[in-house]
Amino acid sequence: MISLTINKQPIEVTEGTTLLGAIEKLGMRVPTLCHHEALTPYGACRLCVVEIHMDGRPPIIQASCSYPALEGISVCTDTERVKRARKVVAELLLARCPDSEVIQRVAAEHGVREIRIAKKNDDCIYCGLCVRMCEERMGRSAIAFTGRGPRRRLEPPFRKHNRVCWACGACDFICPVAKEIRTLSSDTVPLIIPDAFNIDLNARPAVSTYYPQAVPNIPVIDRHFCVHLNYDKCGICEQVCQAKAIKYDQTDQDVEIDVGAVVLAPGYEVYTPSTSQSYGYGKYPNVVSALQFERILSPSGPSGGHVHRPSDQTKPKRIAFIQCVGSRDHERDYCSAVCCMYATKEAIIAKEHAGADLECDIFFMDMRAFSKGFEAYLESAKALGVNYIRCRVPVVSEIPESRNLMIQYLTEDDHKLSREYGMVVLSVGMLPPKDARALAAITGIDLDQYGFCHTSLFDPVRTAREGVFVAGPFTEPKDIPETVAQASAAASKVLSLLHDVRGTLIKPTVYPPERNVQGEEPRVGVFVCHCGTNIAGVVNVPNVVAYAQTLPGVVYAENNLYTCSNDSQERIREKIKEHNLNRVVVASCTPRTHEAIFRSTIRQAGLNPFLFEMANIRDQCSWVHMHEPEKATKKSNDLVRMAVAKVKLNDQLYPRPLEISHDALVVGGGVAGMTAALEIADHGFQVHLVERQEELGGYLRSTRYFLEQEDPQQGLRDLINRVKTHENIRLHTNATLTEVHGSLGNFSSKISISGNGTTEEITHGVVIVATGAESYSPVEYLYGEDTRVMVHQEIEQQLADGAFKGTSVAFIQCVGSRNKERPYCSRTCCAETIKHALKLKELDSETEVYVLYREMRTYGFRETYYTQARQRGVIFVRFADDNPPVVTGQNGRLSVTVRDETLKENIQLLVDHVVLAPATVPLETNKELGQLLKVPLSETKFFLEAHRKLRPLDFATEGVFLCGNAHSPLAVDEAVAQAQGTAARAATILSKDQIDLEPTVSCVVEENCDGCAYCVEPCPFKAITLVEYATEGETKKRVEVDIALCKGCGTCMATCPKKAIFVWHFKPEQLQAEVKAALGIMT
Amino acid sequence: MSTENQDFEPLIIAICCYWCSYTGADLAGTSRLQYPTNIRILRVQCTGMIHPNLIVEALTSGADGVLVCGCHPGDCHYLEGNLRAKSRADAIELMLEDFGLEPERFRLEWVSASEAQRFATVVTEMVEQVRKVGPSPYRVAVE
Repeated sequence: MISLTINKQPIEVTEGTTLLGAIEKLGMRVPTLCHHEALTPYGACRLCVVEIHMDGRPPIIQASCSYPALEGISVCTDTERVKRARKVVAELLLARCPDSEVIQRVAAEHGVREIRIAKKNDDCIYCGLCVRMCEERMGRSAIAFTGRGPRRRLEPPFRKHNRVCWACGACDFICPVAKEIRTLSSDTVPLIIPDAFNIDLNARPAVSTYYPQAVPNIPVIDRHFCVHLNYDKCGICEQVCQAKAIKYDQTDQDVEIDVGAVVLAPGYEVYTPSTSQSYGYGKYPNVVSALQFERILSPSGPSGGHVHRPSDQTKPKRIAFIQCVGSRDHERDYCSAVCCMYATKEAIIAKEHAGADLECDIFFMDMRAFSKGFEAYLESAKALGVNYIRCRVPVVSEIPESRNLMIQYLTEDDHKLSREYGMVVLSVGMLPPKDARALAAITGIDLDQYGFCHTSLFDPVRTAREGVFVAGPFTEPKDIPETVAQASAAASKVLSLLHDVRGTLIKPTVYPPERNVQGEEPRVGVFVCHCGTNIAGVVNVPNVVAYAQTLPGVVYAENNLYTCSNDSQERIREKIKEHNLNRVVVASCTPRTHEAIFRSTIRQAGLNPFLFEMANIRDQCSWVHMHEPEKATKKSNDLVRMAVAKVKLNDQLYPRPLEISHDALVVGGGVAGMTAALEIADHGFQVHLVERQEELGGYLRSTRYFLEQEDPQQGLRDLINRVKTHENIRLHTNATLTEVHGSLGNFSSKISISGNGTTEEITHGVVIVATGAESYSPVEYLYGEDTRVMVHQEIEQQLADGAFKGTSVAFIQCVGSRNKERPYCSRTCCAETIKHALKLKELDSETEVYVLYREMRTYGFRETYYTQARQRGVIFVRFADDNPPVVTGQNGRLSVTVRDETLKENIQLLVDHVVLAPATVPLETNKELGQLLKVPLSETKFFLEAHRKLRPLDFATEGVFLCGNAHSPLAVDEAVAQAQGTAARAATILSKDQIDLEPTVSCVVEENCDGCAYCVEPCPFKAITLVEYATEGETKKRVEVDIALCKGCGTCMATCPKKAIFVWHFKPEQLQAEVKAALGIMT
Repeated sequence: MSTENQDFEPLIIAICCYWCSYTGADLAGTSRLQYPTNIRILRVQCTGMIHPNLIVEALTSGADGVLVCGCHPGDCHYLEGNLRAKSRADAIELMLEDFGLEPERFRLEWVSASEAQRFATVVTEMVEQVRKVGPSPYRVAVE
């Protein structure tokens, strides 16, 4: 080992280390342009000069990158003489390359204000990085320096493009002044590695993280493109990775896992239009798929969220969206169910990003806004100026000069129009996953004709193979909420199957006893992470450590190469013991990824995990201030000071164990309620099932046949039998929920039984709302006046019983739906109408069947029945939203007059029956039940879930869940999936012995609270109540917090005028201390 | 605006909610977006927990500006804490007037977890906005 000092700090390095290596090992920085740790030292740019003192001799100035560390020498990196020397170097570099932005910045950093020597206007600083890279790492030598002195040039052999160069682009990558070196030696277009996450819109390196939020967030080497794996060259990543994480010899492994169940969730394949198709995808650069456009709109996408078209990165003036690309065609007779809404969303976001003057035209066949909240969203898009054009676009052509695109289409009044677009977005559909057939062969599941997984209506996540379940678009194209519901349903099925062995593989972490540090003076330890070069490459880490040591309360500080590595964590534990630390600060990355790790580390050393803070000096400092090392170092000091100020006030906090009831309450005995009850019962828990009517079955009782050829009544009988005979289910019919008290884990409720007038009290840990909905009773189209006008349910009974008589029927859609009073789509009525129409045709193919509709919303696989109906002669007549049909009685028949928007003519139909497709409407009692359970209703008076997409089955109130038509109008298989899903959601609570409540919740300071109750109403979780109490003969008021309900959002804390309520870990004095520390005020 | 403030480096406290904006700030780092060094980020669970007093105290203790960042309306992890923060923002501006502070020193913005670029832009704008207003009259010497 060689000992030397750098800026008076002693250091030991191995023989052969350069001075620069020694300097960097100390976490110090010197500027350099020609150095790269993977390449041999060159000493070309001279920016890295330092002053070297050897005993007895006058100090010398030398380039640190090429000068060896010698025994006993003393090195200074920032003396005045060094600074002067670097300034001269910087000025020379600037004179050579005055136009380079990099050199301009370097010159400015070194105080160069003017160039006093002749400018050379070169584009190369002759650092030799590219030459060394090509020779040493790529083994090619496709570029070299020729000539000497003023005639020195960077050239390929014989000054010609050559085949030695493989156009890898390593030269361009390493060039500090962004010269296009590759073009000197090769005219081959460099190999572009398409970025699959951005659907090939941009390139990515051969080693990269899949996308910024990828989990795990770790880069991977692409073996198809890696120079090392393919040619045994390069190998730079292995050398520069300080964590030594690169292992080139890793290979694929076959891993065997013993499991009790399998869930298949392979998703779907996006339809890729072929280049030969008429829309020019893959041929015209400005024709993109909707998924590509999604990436273009994304802030983390290839254009940073700017609406730029691929051909020239300019903002288009007008964008066309073409719907049903790869859906609803001859090959794929199904609707992909999501494209109408994603096109609408993309149009809205494009206008948000590019400005309201961006025109968006959506070419569609039927606008299928069938899901919860979608109709209102569609209307908001129209209000923002998104233009909907009903036309299936035949062809897209390109104008070569402008690369704009032309679309010819027919307007609704039959005019042929041409319109020019800057971009065309193809709303591509969903295909079954690519490897579906192979997956089916391995797992023994059945696929349908398209290759999606076959399932049944009453068991939508069960496959043909026992123990193998399925979720998501693999069963049918579907949106996120339906996918999430199915995923929970699959989890529930697994829980039922494996309930005997539940929890047996869990190994609880055992911690040593905790040391109580209450009342001790703070003794803070600060650990500052280099994160390899991620932090230390910008921030002067030793300086931060030295600064931390000066802070009041800090008794120990050190730096670590990686504070999160196992050995560093062990060091933290050792230092806690050695220095009797009672608080710890780690200055490194973000608490979002590492707080839990370090909390566990200090807990292992006997400290309460909350006696910990992180200073985020990487993600929020070194990475965002890469060119300002000094300011970044100062900011790091400030962030450490803030963390220290906070941690000194941190309390020891403990999760609060809550004993819970393991019983469930399911409200509603329809198909959703029964399914939820059975699932929970199958998990091994007791269930109270409450139904207000005498009979179970709800809506399904009047369903006599399904579109999908399954028998509803058989399914219903099976459900009822299982419910009535299940040992874990207690059935309460004719029963109403009248009172609910308590919260998550500990509800107590009263059920009142009508008839015998009794009331029963039950306790339960969770509630599932499955109260369903009801059918709209029409007041329009002579319904109730003329018996020949029926609703769906009525014709269904007649058809099923063979009682239907008549030779002509007109169905009218959207009765009571999609109007001012009920601005939502009832989702199921289009398919229901198709079901009856097909039944009529099946009974007598001569029956005249008309369907009067606004949009046919036969989403998913329902589309194929719509096709069948048309093939069998059902006549579809589209009417305008504001021009509904008129029904009158006439000469013993019914007359239906309607303006056909396709023919643009008024037509009159004379029919025996008119059948109305009635809306599904929320129950009047929803409001009352919502108040009992403290859960909200949506604007349309259905129940409102915690999150539309990601938490469709949860209420924001913990322990209360939602499924079936109480959520929104649903088809049977969707309601069943939701119901099964709620069981899995409930099991997350019921399967625990006790619940550990987060300690970071609100706490009332009783002496400060005067019961003003300002905080009661704002609490979004209804966790605060006003209570009266008697003290000293007086009745006083104050608030109380139910910590089972509180989530620690702190709305109360910010509302309180008396400092009478706070959130643990975010107390006002803690936040104040952090603010003051940020301002340099230490307390 | 006057040019005398050009060299002035404001110190700005950014209070970010953990679920959206703090995550967005982290993503700015992961994406290596560059923005001025003038901000010091404070993490809170929700913008709804920020008492107006905290902001006013920060400004009267010498912060040149306070930036509050939360989830977009409808995205709040706690349902509507961000809307509470929004409704308090007006009150805060009135309070600033009483303390002789310019309204430009306080700003409330929505930054989602994926809006790294937006976070960088908001910070850059805020720094420039406060730079133009000049040092806080309450500014104390920072070590």
